[in-house]
Amino acid sequence: MTAATANDVPLSWYEASARQRIDALVDAGSFCEFIGPELREISPHLAIFNLPEQFDDGIVIGRGRLDGAPVLVAAQEGRFMGGAFGEVHGAKLTGLLRAARALKQDVVILFDTGGVRLQEANAGELAIAEIMRAVIEARHSGINVVGLIGGRAGCYGGGSLIAGTCSRLIISEQGRLSVSGPEVIETNKGIEEFDSRDRALVWRTMGGKHRYLIGGADIFVDDQALAFREAAIATLAIRSRFDPNVLQAEQKRLERRLHRFGDVEDAIEIWEVLGIDQPTGIPALPTGAFLRAANKRENADDAR
Amino acid sequence: MTLDDILASLFPNGSDVETVGPMIAGKALLPDGRLIHVLGITQGQPLGVEEAIALAERVIEIIATRDRTPILLLVDSASQRMSKRDELLGLSEYLSHLAKALLVAEAEGHRTIGLLYGGSAAGAFIATALTTGTLVALPGAHPAVMDLPSMARVTKLPIDVLKAKAEATPVFAPGLDNMVRTGGVHVVWDDAVPLAPQLAAVLQRPQGQDDRGRLGAERGGRQKAAELAERVARAAASPQDARRA
Amino acid sequence: MEKLSFRLTAPNRAGGTRAQTIVGVVASGNLEVLLERSLPAGTCTIDIATAAHGFGAVWDAVVRDFVARRAAGGLRISINDGGARPDTVALRLAQGVRKIEEPER
Repeated sequence: MTAATANDVPLSWYEASARQRIDALVDAGSFCEFIGPELREISPHLAIFNLPEQFDDGIVIGRGRLDGAPVLVAAQEGRFMGGAFGEVHGAKLTGLLRAARALKQDVVILFDTGGVRLQEANAGELAIAEIMRAVIEARHSGINVVGLIGGRAGCYGGGSLIAGTCSRLIISEQGRLSVSGPEVIETNKGIEEFDSRDRALVWRTMGGKHRYLIGGADIFVDDQALAFREAAIATLAIRSRFDPNVLQAEQKRLERRLHRFGDVEDAIEIWEVLGIDQPTGIPALPTGAFLRAANKRENADDAR
Repeated sequence: MTLDDILASLFPNGSDVETVGPMIAGKALLPDGRLIHVLGITQGQPLGVEEAIALAERVIEIIATRDRTPILLLVDSASQRMSKRDELLGLSEYLSHLAKALLVAEAEGHRTIGLLYGGSAAGAFIATALTTGTLVALPGAHPAVMDLPSMARVTKLPIDVLKAKAEATPVFAPGLDNMVRTGGVHVVWDDAVPLAPQLAAVLQRPQGQDDRGRLGAERGGRQKAAELAERVARAAASPQDARRA
Repeated sequence: MEKLSFRLTAPNRAGGTRAQTIVGVVASGNLEVLLERSLPAGTCTIDIATAAHGFGAVWDAVVRDFVARRAAGGLRISINDGGARPDTVALRLAQGVRKIEEPER
């Protein structure tokens, strides 16, 4: 890393805003925003519901540099409408990914989302589908699309499906990655299926440590902007490919996961099957000790 | 139309399509003699890890043949399976994997056509129907992100108020018409006439770019998405002054 | 949503040279403030869209105090408010004028 260009102010990724995260992620002063807030490209649909708008519709996109290398960046603001995808929010990310393919530039997506924005659900759902297609088309042309997960809103719903199309995922303990959120499962299937107020259950079922252990994420980092930055730089240095062979490897990887863990009831049993010495102690471990304990984890190298 | 009716109308020369549980798999001959693969999920069932990996496996087998045969994906599902077990096992990866398989199939020369003939919702809708190259629907299909009663609960608005708002915009309420107007469904077939020629017409369309944004703009259901995505691409391509693009 | 607009004479010209900046997010009890240097140096406009209705008098007091005491001259200020308390509004406005004074990195 180039010391002169690093942003090394301590900053909790979880607590930071989308703009703070971008500033801390890319080389100092290198960020240039596309369709910035001064253009007031707000959602045309929130007014129908008498809801407040945000000038960037909850996503900041643009270009910057990571250790000197040009990169396109998108950051969702999880505090605005839960970072959810609406028409404008989604189209900004779609456009960025299409640009990445044309410009042959890697993309970093800072996820912080509850999924589709219900007030514009159809537009949001289509945006997710368009984004997934654009990610895969970009990856087909040799571009890395790296996802960072560690925000307040987690990475839920359609956001989790987009994350699944990325070439690499970097996650912190606070990052939650799941299709249905705890409240959605509880509302639809009852508290016996999932008690959304049981925070320990939420973390060990959907949280960053579990995802890292089963190969659902590739790099586990502290809840620090600098840690995400260093991991992103290291990840982008590796050219990941995407072709039918990778798809086949992922098929085997996900079949193996079902075979190994398909009958298990709880995350702790999965960690036990993985051969971790004291599985019940995993949630309390600090990063260094956790990474040592995780040496028998499943990984998704060349299979994502 | 029942699944059997649909298959009979699509493939008058007969088809070899099996339904095992909620899964559809098989093949058929098109009237012009060409082969088409038929896959799908039926009976309004949820899409969980098992269903997604089984469908993906079939798509990957088709890709491995390198014969560039088209794939018809029939969809009548619920949403993704909402369970602790599915999420524990990483359902998002399984759904994305299925989506990736369909996208790779298309990139490898297999036309992918989705036929929505029943329900579908949320993550299941995204990972199946919405990932095909061209999505068509039959009258009576009922796609949804979330049903109005659930939406009323989340938005804390009375259902009558939501219904009134849904009259004014296609952007949020469930339903086929709204999915057509926002560009997600290419065309709704006529179920009063044979489906085979309608499928042939879709297969004759050249394989192209994702044009759902443009369709949504033309049909008035999504007026900003396509234009904004293009502006972003222009801003990214301009060497400086991206802010003003 | 309630919309409020103020056009005030500003005794102190905004410092620095940045064309624009933005602080805050739109969330419950929070707000975003977009500041653009696009007006004559002795003028400040503030346009507010707020989710909390009927607080015009409070906004009037907060923005007048802000423009009188801070360096807001020349700024077009736009606010999206998710129902923030007056002290939060004052804090964000102060953060905004401080940030627009900072040199571009």
